[in-house]
Amino acid sequence: MIAETGLAALWLAAALAGLQLLMTIVARRRAAEVAAALRGVAVIQGVLTLIAFAMLLLLFARTDLSVALVFENSHSAKPFIYKIAGAWGNHEGSMLLWVTVLSVAGACLALLSRRTSERTLVASLGAQAALALGFYAFLLLASNPFARLSPAPLAGRGLNPLLQDPGLAFHPPTLYFGYVGLSVAFSLAVGALLTREVDSRLARAMRPWVLAAWIFLTLGITAGSYWAYYELGWGGYWFWDPVENASLMPWLAATALLHSLNVLAARGALKAWTMMLAVIAFSMSMVGTFLVRSGILTSVHSVAIDPARGTFLLVLLGLYVGAALLLFALRGATLKEGAPFELVSRETGLVINNLLLSVILGVVFVGTLYPLFVEAASGEKMSVGAPYFNAVAGPLALILAVLVGVGPLLSWRRAHRPQLHRLIIPALLGASALAVTIILAPGMGLLPRLGLTVAAVLAAASILPLTGRNPLRAPLATWGMVVAHFGIAVALAGMAANAAFSTEKLAVARIGETLAVGPWLVQLQGVSPAAGKNFTALEAELRATRGGGALTLTPATRYFSDPPTTTNEAAIETLWNGQLYTVLGKPDAGGGWQLRLWWKPFVTLIWLGGVLIAFGGALALLGRALRLRRRRRPERAWGEARYA
Amino acid sequence: MSRWLRFAPLALLALLLTALVWRLATPPSSDIRSKLEGQRVPAFRLPAAVPTKQGLTTADLATGQPRLLNIFASWCVPCITEVRVLKALQQRGVAIDGIAVRDQPADIARFLAANGDPYQRIGGDPQSAIQIAFGSSGVPESFVVDGRGVIRYQHIGPIEAEDVTMILAQLKAAR
Repeated sequence: MIAETGLAALWLAAALAGLQLLMTIVARRRAAEVAAALRGVAVIQGVLTLIAFAMLLLLFARTDLSVALVFENSHSAKPFIYKIAGAWGNHEGSMLLWVTVLSVAGACLALLSRRTSERTLVASLGAQAALALGFYAFLLLASNPFARLSPAPLAGRGLNPLLQDPGLAFHPPTLYFGYVGLSVAFSLAVGALLTREVDSRLARAMRPWVLAAWIFLTLGITAGSYWAYYELGWGGYWFWDPVENASLMPWLAATALLHSLNVLAARGALKAWTMMLAVIAFSMSMVGTFLVRSGILTSVHSVAIDPARGTFLLVLLGLYVGAALLLFALRGATLKEGAPFELVSRETGLVINNLLLSVILGVVFVGTLYPLFVEAASGEKMSVGAPYFNAVAGPLALILAVLVGVGPLLSWRRAHRPQLHRLIIPALLGASALAVTIILAPGMGLLPRLGLTVAAVLAAASILPLTGRNPLRAPLATWGMVVAHFGIAVALAGMAANAAFSTEKLAVARIGETLAVGPWLVQLQGVSPAAGKNFTALEAELRATRGGGALTLTPATRYFSDPPTTTNEAAIETLWNGQLYTVLGKPDAGGGWQLRLWWKPFVTLIWLGGVLIAFGGALALLGRALRLRRRRRPERAWGEARYA
Repeated sequence: MSRWLRFAPLALLALLLTALVWRLATPPSSDIRSKLEGQRVPAFRLPAAVPTKQGLTTADLATGQPRLLNIFASWCVPCITEVRVLKALQQRGVAIDGIAVRDQPADIARFLAANGDPYQRIGGDPQSAIQIAFGSSGVPESFVVDGRGVIRYQHIGPIEAEDVTMILAQLKAAR
């Protein structure tokens, strides 16, 4: 009954989405009359998908093997948390999660949106319903998660052990909240283009959605990066893999959108550009979903190619993005740009920010799809790797990071007396960082050296907006900006330090042998068998010393039987100044063991920076929510009338 | 913004969709043509790997007739099954030479005695130097070399029974 309840809820939700779309079309001239009913429909639709998703979780929790999806991806001998995570660790389940987030976001838009006019809200709910309808169809017709098996088998096939990891249990849902949260920005942009109400009110309505989605994307990317770092056992944190890029591209677009929304909200300018970005951001989410789900690009994220599903998703992608871009092309000319601004102003700073982010987005997009284009045009096979991305996107990101420090010091409209003298301390810090690296590490690469320099400049410059005033009285949104920008400096410092100072040792060691890596001496003390709930393992015992006390690390190789797979469990020791990263490889014939050892100074700063960036976003969101609550009448408080 | 510029994103989308549709219609094939095909075999001179056979040099691969060069090792398990297929190829008139990688004469002799010996000459490559010069990344690997010493085909992994027709065709094409 559980599976049938889920399926019925899904069909009902699809019907309601159809109704919602129909209502907005029929009643487009009498928006006020249907608005209340529409809100209700959207909320019920959200609740129904939540029920469907809860049913799937229940099926996985009970390991109901009569359901095909559970049989394919679960096993009764699996730890409980991974039984639950198995619900979205596969194609159908993850698409159900996608759709659930989509319609819950639609429900929240219907419930919470007070800033836009009723007309725009109705049009936006129509757009959201159109999006949902397509993905319901995809789920029900091409990826039914509730399909039954008859007769029911006795044991399931199990979840890919690489996915049996706490990091990965929560990485996909987080990313999906981000991906799909951007659908609201897309729908609002489409709605506003339809009603020709692209103004600062719309920007303020859109901003919290973009901010929330962006926080989730930031956390999701950070978590995914850390997962790849410790679970794959390669010691790298970013591989420019197509699927990684698929999550980075919406993030870049959302970051640009977040900043251009500020210009639109405060000054009524950059209308067309901002709407374009809102469309692009969610389009990138759909492109990402398509690339991952169709499996057409070669990636470490192993997904089987399924042409039928790929075609379905591609049709949806073409339809939605095509319609939005067509609407943009037709309505773009009717958008009247708002107040003008001078060359040296906050607006100009944000325009440059947007340009740089867009170029980086273009670089990543081209690099990801170039092999496909080349093969389509000439039949030649090729791949684009880290050297291209680092060489092209790296310098652009560094320039952007410097400007991140400068931008917030400029005032809106026209910076009468640009407060550039405040940058003296950051500049001095940067110069000393440069001098120190030249003296202490003359041989390091140019990009890491500049990275450390820029990180020093930005770390100091990012806190300047809080100085010269009582920092405790600064708005939370300002605090959020400062924390997020400081987070960029922290992450940058981690990347540069990792690139410049990491040392690695790949060797075969016999029991009792000692290897040196960086400042550490690592002794292989023994290798012994161990067992977990659904795996057996070989564990090495390593004793690591550096001057004083000793650490014990136990990297392991795990052997899973359902499905038969081997994983490397790296043992990582985190210290304040870096991580010692150890991996146990295969035995050789002569009684030795392959060991991979890395000493990575300050590598943890990369993810700490990512978390800080997301935390800054959360502060800003909280600040806006509190301010909204304090001021009951937002129209007056925001000084709306001036730019409408 | 000019009128046409506003349609540029649509044009880009159309381009992207075309490429994606093309990829869906023609799923990627994993056979990547080797960059070595059409190149001369590297210059090398390898000593005999077993006392009973001669070593192998570049000149031995340019005899006017196409030859099959097999890179193998006695410690390589897939090579055991492959050598039987090579024996069948030899019986159909294919001239086969071998390069034994990181191996000992006694081990090779034992390997050939146990599994069959299809090789005319075997060069010993104790440090994998010539294997690397050939652009070979593992064992077993095989090269079809034409009469002038030019590589015509590179086969990565063992030659299986179902590959025999294809290998014979490659040798014929190299004639």
